[in-house]
This record gives sequence, structure tokens and C-alpha cells, in this order.
Amino acid sequence: MLRVDNLSKNYGLVKAVKSVSFELNTGQIVGFLGANGAGKSTTLKVITGYLSPSSGNVFLDDKNIIDHHFDIQKEIGYLPELNPLYTDMKVHDYLQFHAEVRGITGSDFREALTRVVKDCGLQGIVHRTVGNCSKGYKQRIGLAAAIIHDPKILILDEPVTGLDPNQIVEIRQLIKKLGQEKIVLMSSHILQEIQATVDRIIIIHNGKIVADGTSDELLENSKGTTSLKLLISEAEQESIQNIKAVIPSITLQSNVEGDNNMKEITLDYPSKSDPRKDIFEYAVKNNWIIYEMSASKNNLESIFRDLTNNQEAGDA
Amino acid sequence: MRNIKAIFKKELYSFFTSPMAYIFLVVFALVNGYFFTNTFFLYDQSNMRSLFSIVPLVYLFFIPAVSMGLLSREKGLGTIEILSTLPIHDYELVIGKYLAAFALIITALSTSVIHYITLSFVGTNIDHGAVLSGYLGLALMGGVYAAIGIFSSSITDNQVVAFIIGIAIVIAFFLMDQLLVFVPSFMSTFIQYLSTGFHLSNISRGVIDTRNIIYFASMISFFLYVTTQIVSSRKWS
Repeated sequence: MLRVDNLSKNYGLVKAVKSVSFELNTGQIVGFLGANGAGKSTTLKVITGYLSPSSGNVFLDDKNIIDHHFDIQKEIGYLPELNPLYTDMKVHDYLQFHAEVRGITGSDFREALTRVVKDCGLQGIVHRTVGNCSKGYKQRIGLAAAIIHDPKILILDEPVTGLDPNQIVEIRQLIKKLGQEKIVLMSSHILQEIQATVDRIIIIHNGKIVADGTSDELLENSKGTTSLKLLISEAEQESIQNIKAVIPSITLQSNVEGDNNMKEITLDYPSKSDPRKDIFEYAVKNNWIIYEMSASKNNLESIFRDLTNNQEAGDA
Repeated sequence: MRNIKAIFKKELYSFFTSPMAYIFLVVFALVNGYFFTNTFFLYDQSNMRSLFSIVPLVYLFFIPAVSMGLLSREKGLGTIEILSTLPIHDYELVIGKYLAAFALIITALSTSVIHYITLSFVGTNIDHGAVLSGYLGLALMGGVYAAIGIFSSSITDNQVVAFIIGIAIVIAFFLMDQLLVFVPSFMSTFIQYLSTGFHLSNISRGVIDTRNIIYFASMISFFLYVTTQIVSSRKWS
């Protein structure tokens, strides 16, 4: 288990990360979400031992990053933002360098190489120079180097930035596969990517955690609303207007007359509640004929905007 | 030790997979060869003094150029982040890189052995001890300059800036004993002792004095220590 405990990091007078705490467990892919400059990369850099915390600590089981950074680094695979690589090296030699530093040599290295080449789809480019590979391959080379020692923890900083849709899907599948038996912490500011890949989301804003939970939990807990679109017929205008009196949690957002006596109405209600059963019963009671009933929850994007904008207002 | 070896190998690899190392070796050999043979037959003496006086001058530009990218390139490319998050101690990183640069310098220096072979064929009464101690002095001087080079490479992410800073420091240490007339007399012994040229000239005469060895060793240790501290300072940025 990886535990970040009251972690703060200052760059001079700038407080980049302010008392951040969370725990990560094996078999969980966690998305670290935040706007540019929110403190994502700084937090990841402290966890990897690249930067020292100004206060607080990071624990892996019973070891902490201040006293045992060397031991923790042995268990971490890290793909930094922008994926810096030695472009003059051959892919094989680059991976061999990483393996050697991790103490993997000889037949162990050959086994590890076979595994990462297969996992990361590097067949055919092993003897190519890193600088001559495409961006997608470079990303996979970075990932292969990060997992060559089969680490307990995998930390990926913006792993899909700059990739095309096909490459994104491939990398996502790989991350999901790796996440089954490791702790994976990946940062991104691409919300759809996070939603599609991770089990849990931590949103950081201005150096503070503003939300932590599964995608559904965040949607549930958000102040956002769910919109319910109803396509009905045989409905009296009066009964439509009266629905608010019977079910107080909903708001009638629109009421449009359609063809053939059809009406399309949109009802909003807080995502926390679910008045669909009441709406259905009200419809039956008033002899509405329902042709269509579809709920669309607020997406992560609006939640993210809500959380970060509210926080800004709070800070100001 | 394993990490030093891995860094050393990686660094040598990057020297020799780019044209840089080859260009340096060829230029180094040609420049030394030209200046040595130019005066060798003219003086008609069976020694290698002319080589031992030209190599320190070539070093002034050659070594800062070899070492300018050791750390600045890692910073510029961002690969320092990869290295710093691998289980490698900062001192291992610095020593591994330093040894790679030193190995390239020794390789370059060894190209001049051909002049020694020539001398042994055409010369008489050769003082082999003086030649050996001369080479030892040049190797140690190269070691000091490489340590200065890696230090200047650690304080910037720009290779050209690292090169210029490297040359400035190396020239300062080289010229110290030439500028003694401008220095107050009570400081002159101290300034002279800091000069690399002063210690090289002692060793080149065939006298291997522990004071000279201690000087070279302590200069190398000092610059490598400071470099390690600078590399570690990123954590507290």
C-alpha cells in the first residue's frame, strides 16, 4: 500500500502542493486529475523521489521516501511527462541500461525483455534507434523501461498526451492490464481518458485535493444535476405543470409541443436523488403514454469545472 | 559499483555512437602529432618534452568539450528525471559519468604513444622513467580538468554555457603560476600550489612527489563532491 501523508511541496514562496493525503492499493488504477499547474506532476515527482517534500511524507508499506527513498525507488516504475529518452541509443540497449541499474542481467534480462516487448508491442523495433521511432513507439519504450523490473507501483505522468486515438486505446489497454496486479497512479488532464481507464479519481486543484472517489461517486456527490428527457403523448398541459408540486426535487426545464400530440419535456433533478420511479407513477396516474425516457448524467467535465471553479471562488 | 558501471557504459556508448568521440580523437591526435613532430627533429633531443608541453594546451579546449554535455544534456533533454528516479545514488551518477569522460581522455592520450614508439626507434639514451611520469602527470591533469568539466556541466542545462564555464575555470587553474608576479608575495606560494601547470611540471621531470599526487587527487575529489551536491540540490528546488 502506498500512502501519501500530508504532503506539501513549496518552490520558493510558491506552494505547489498543500497537505495532500491519499492511499493507493494494489490492483487499483487511480487517475490524478487536475488543470495544468494544479500540482499533479509535483506530487508525482515527490512520490518518485525526484523532489523532496517540504513537509509530510510518502510511505510504501513501512518505508518512507525521506529515509528509504532508494528502497522505494526500486519498487517504482515511472514514466515522466514528455517521456524523455536517450534518442541516440538502440531500444534494446536503452532497456538493457534500465535493467542493469535494476540489477537484472543475463538470462533474467532476456526474460524481462521478452515480457516487456510483448506487453508493450515493441516487436520489430527492438534493434532500432530510439530517435527514429514514432511518438507512439517512444511512449511504449518509456513504458517498457518503467516496467522492465516488474515494479509494485507504476506512476505515469500524462501517458497518452500526443498520441493518436488508436495508440491511446492500445496504451489504455496496456495500463488496464498492468493495473490488475500493481498500484497504478496516472495523471492526466484529459478527462475522457481518465474516465475510460481508471477505477478511482483524485482531483487536485491549486495543490489541494478537491475530490476523491470512483467516477460514479464523484458524479453522485457532485452538486450537478441529471437531466431526464421524456417523450410523451396524451398529456394535459396542466398535469405537466403540476409535476413540480407532486415531486418537489425536480425542475421542469423545457416543455416542447411536438407532432401528433407528442410532447418532449426535460426535467432536471439533483444527481444524488433518483425520482424516476415517482415520475413514472405520476405519468401512469395522469394517463401519459411514455415513448421515451432517458436520463443523462452530468459528465466528469462539468464536475471538474464545478470543483475547480468553486475552489477558485473559495480561495479568492 | 554496479550502477557506476551501468552509467559508465551508457556514457561511453553515447560518446561512441555519435561522431563526437571520433572527431575528438582524430583532432586530438592530429594536433598533438603536428606540434610534436614539428619541433622533434629540429631540437634533435631524445625526449618527449615538446609533446608534454603541447598536450596541456590542447586539453584546455578538448576536455571542456568532452565533458560539457555530461550533465547539462541530461538536464536539457529531461532525462535527468529518469536517472534521478532510478535507484542510483547521485555520487554514482557523477562518478560513472566522470569515469567515462576520463576514459575518453585516456584513449585520446594513448594515441600519442605512437610518438613514444617512434622515439624508441630513432632516439638514444631515452629516459623512459621521465616519459612514464610525464604520461602519469598528463593523465592526472586530464582527470582534474574532467572533474572541472563535469562540475561546469552540472550548473547549467546549456552545453555551450557549460563549455565556456569549463574553459574559463580550466584556464584559470592552468595560468595561475604564470600570474604570480601580480599576486602579493605572501600568497604566491599558495596560488602556485593551486596551479595545475606547476604540479604537472614537477611530475614531468620524473619526480613523483606525493604532494603532487595529493594535489591532483584532492582537486578531483573536490570538484566531484561539489558536482554531486549540485545534482542532489534539485530535490530542494
